[in-house]
Amino acid sequence: MGVVQSYRLRLQRKRWRVRAFRKRRELRAISDRTAQIRPDDILLFSTQRNEKIRLPYFLHYYREMGVNHFLMVDNDSDDGSLEYLMKQPDVSVWHTRRSYKRSRFGVDWLNWLQWQHGHGHWTLVVDPDEFLVYPFCDTRPLRALTDWLDASSIKSFSAMLLDMYPKGRIDAQPYREGQNPLEITSWFDSGNYMIQKNGKFGNLWVQGGPRARVFFRDMPEKAPALNKVPLVKWDRRYAYVSSTHMLLPRGLNLVYDEWGGEKASGVLLHTKFLDTFTAKAREELDRKQHYAASIEYRAYAENLARNPELWCKWSEKYINWRQLEILGLMSKGNWA
Amino acid sequence: MTHRPPHWGSVGIVMLVHTALDRAEQVARHWHAAGCPMVIHCDKSTPRHAYEAFRAALADLTDIRFSRRHRCEWGTWGIVAATQEASELMLEEFEKVRHVYLASGSCLPLRPVQALIDYLAERPRTDFIESATTADVPWTVGGLDEERFTLRFPFSWKRQRHLFDRYVAIQRAIGFKRKVPHNILPHMGSQWWCLTRQTLSAILQDPERATYDRFFRRVWIPDESYFQTLARLYSTNIESRSLTLSKFDFQGKPHIFYDDHLQLLRRSDCFVARKIWAHADRIYDAFLTGPEGAMSRTEPNPGKIDRIFAKAVERRTRGRPGLFMQSRFPNEGWENGRTGGPYSVFQGFAELFEDFEPWLAKATGARVHGHLFAPERVEYDGEQPVINGALSDSAATRDYNRKAFLTSLIWNTRGERQCFQLGPADIPCPGKTPEDEPDMDLSWMIAGDPNAQVSVISGAWAVPLFKSNLNFADIRAEAARLQKIESEHLDVLRSPYSKARIRIWTMADFIESPMESLQTIIDEIGNKGLRRLAEAPRMTDLSGFGQFLQNLKNQGMHPYLMGDFPVVGEPVGTDNGKPRKPYLVQ
Repeated sequence: MGVVQSYRLRLQRKRWRVRAFRKRRELRAISDRTAQIRPDDILLFSTQRNEKIRLPYFLHYYREMGVNHFLMVDNDSDDGSLEYLMKQPDVSVWHTRRSYKRSRFGVDWLNWLQWQHGHGHWTLVVDPDEFLVYPFCDTRPLRALTDWLDASSIKSFSAMLLDMYPKGRIDAQPYREGQNPLEITSWFDSGNYMIQKNGKFGNLWVQGGPRARVFFRDMPEKAPALNKVPLVKWDRRYAYVSSTHMLLPRGLNLVYDEWGGEKASGVLLHTKFLDTFTAKAREELDRKQHYAASIEYRAYAENLARNPELWCKWSEKYINWRQLEILGLMSKGNWA
Repeated sequence: MTHRPPHWGSVGIVMLVHTALDRAEQVARHWHAAGCPMVIHCDKSTPRHAYEAFRAALADLTDIRFSRRHRCEWGTWGIVAATQEASELMLEEFEKVRHVYLASGSCLPLRPVQALIDYLAERPRTDFIESATTADVPWTVGGLDEERFTLRFPFSWKRQRHLFDRYVAIQRAIGFKRKVPHNILPHMGSQWWCLTRQTLSAILQDPERATYDRFFRRVWIPDESYFQTLARLYSTNIESRSLTLSKFDFQGKPHIFYDDHLQLLRRSDCFVARKIWAHADRIYDAFLTGPEGAMSRTEPNPGKIDRIFAKAVERRTRGRPGLFMQSRFPNEGWENGRTGGPYSVFQGFAELFEDFEPWLAKATGARVHGHLFAPERVEYDGEQPVINGALSDSAATRDYNRKAFLTSLIWNTRGERQCFQLGPADIPCPGKTPEDEPDMDLSWMIAGDPNAQVSVISGAWAVPLFKSNLNFADIRAEAARLQKIESEHLDVLRSPYSKARIRIWTMADFIESPMESLQTIIDEIGNKGLRRLAEAPRMTDLSGFGQFLQNLKNQGMHPYLMGDFPVVGEPVGTDNGKPRKPYLVQ
């Protein structure tokens, strides 16, 4: 990479940071418990809108894993989720009515909060429907992973988005508050992922899964990106560029090995396709607050009307991380 | 204390600590309770208040001393200096000590300490220190083995990595070499040793020590070579192994033990293990609570742990062949196997034989697909819309990333051989050089893959045209197109870059002796042992094919890939006008 391009990326990183700085005024602290944060706490950052039904299990899952503090942005919910979050002892919450789209799908807001509170911490950025799975997560807490990453001088950890879906119609089984969504969305596609390298940012661009198979069958290039780098030892100079798909400086995107070996990686189980999805898709389509003129949601709406089944004969049923490791969706790397 | 076990106080522990002081305290108490005098060295970079608290916490123990603090940066002299001073203090303060054991705060005794004491008491003259000459061991990381001793390392590996590397490169380029003191031969080995008072004091009181220290002060990672080298000068009985179970990964960092390793550690029969994760509560509880953590009194046997960690290193450095995923995306040529296993590509066979696919499946037991790269849709075996791994039959998705399609297919079906048909109509853009865009180009992708077995009957694409009901002008145009594509495709297969196992027959050659050629291919697939083929696939009726080719020629389109077919007389593949019978082996 030339000096010029390197400098351009540097400018771009600064631009995202300036943007995050400007967007800080859109956030109003509702309950700021960040004073509780201790120096080596693991922090979770998330944006949510009307996800009340998902929040109890979400918080439970990550508390069990060892997240110490949650920093959440509430984008104008009206389902009581803001009130719910305010009551949680380990959650700090900010509120905004401003446009999700104009904040680059929440990235600007979270970049600002990470800049403010994430410096020097391991930070995890996930949505309320994403559940992190990493090697040995059934026996070792998240801190075991971050300690190992620290000891290995690794600053960022990859976890690909794995779309989970139910067997049968998406809306067949109602989801109850507090329930593990994987009880319903327990199936996934194990081997239809397509990878390209992004020369500019150095990250891999992963597409595929049930969304590419069903919704984007004839226009695979438009299928959503699945590569994610959600766990980063944050420094205030860092910035997420597009969702958690890529970061700057670009060294943080080198979460893959190019010489035949495997680096350690995890998976984000994406439990979007619950019965709540159909209503959500309709709402999001009206709000037009999503990526690329909500092309994804338009594709969903069209397909869901016809045949809302993602399951197929070759779908795999989720068991545990070891299964994902054997299938080659994630890797232990040299962690043993 | 009224009753003391034998050899009380004969093993002294020198312990180096820097973090997780609460765990270090726990372990120190454990050693101490079993009658091991201790000298503790705490890294100078540990905050003063933490250090003071640590000392205060251990104040109730009688046989514990603290040595002067040094800054111990990894790879530098500080650790050796700290060890020297602590050892001197140990020998001076505790006269009964016969063996000195060097441990760290994250080391954990797995067997009862008494077992270690007894073991050492039975071997009063033995030094346990891993010590090998640089030429004999492959341990070193980053190519620095002998050069650890002959170059200079003024820059920090951790903080000034770039300078470190450049300075090494410069010294190599100009051929700089330090002189090794004449009477020593550099040895290396694990940092964790157990030496007898005799050997240790001889090293520390050597009149030449200043010379050695001056030399080792500038050696890279001296804690793995100082005592290992000097012990060779004095020890009468070196057992070259460490009593501490310690495994290193490919970057030279120690592997860490977690709660889920508990059973492994129990079965290792090792005296001491490192390094234990500070929050591995179950491990600490299991081994520090008392003699019930005890294990059988056998020689250490860390074989199983060795295998697990060796596998982890292998996974990190070599990976799983044929897998492309979020954290393994090898550059061209570094795949260590472009696909996950062998597969077979057949070109022209399904055109020439009427029942080739079911016949092949029966003959080999392999999974036989149709034209996987057909322009309209992916023709999986049995017309399935989706196969293993939920790979879809959408041509658009497949063509979006053909390499991902093929590698996924082979990866998803590992353990089962895949066969598929290919024809010039499936290949949109053959004949590029590998530099152009090798991974998007089907011909190069297959030709460059050592796992591919490619069998081609050239010109067989003309058979469907011959049988079709198209206007001759259209047939002529299509024949010209397919011939051009196949010709370029064959150029790729024949190029010196191709790595696949490739066989090419002209159609005329092939039908001369089809069974022989088929047998060769089937034998190579080799699923069903060495049985002879009993049944041939049924060849399509070719009467009139020669005339068909002649007609094309007469129209100015010269078909040449199929070889020479006679125009008149006996048409190939028929017997006096009757359809040819299936070939049977006598």
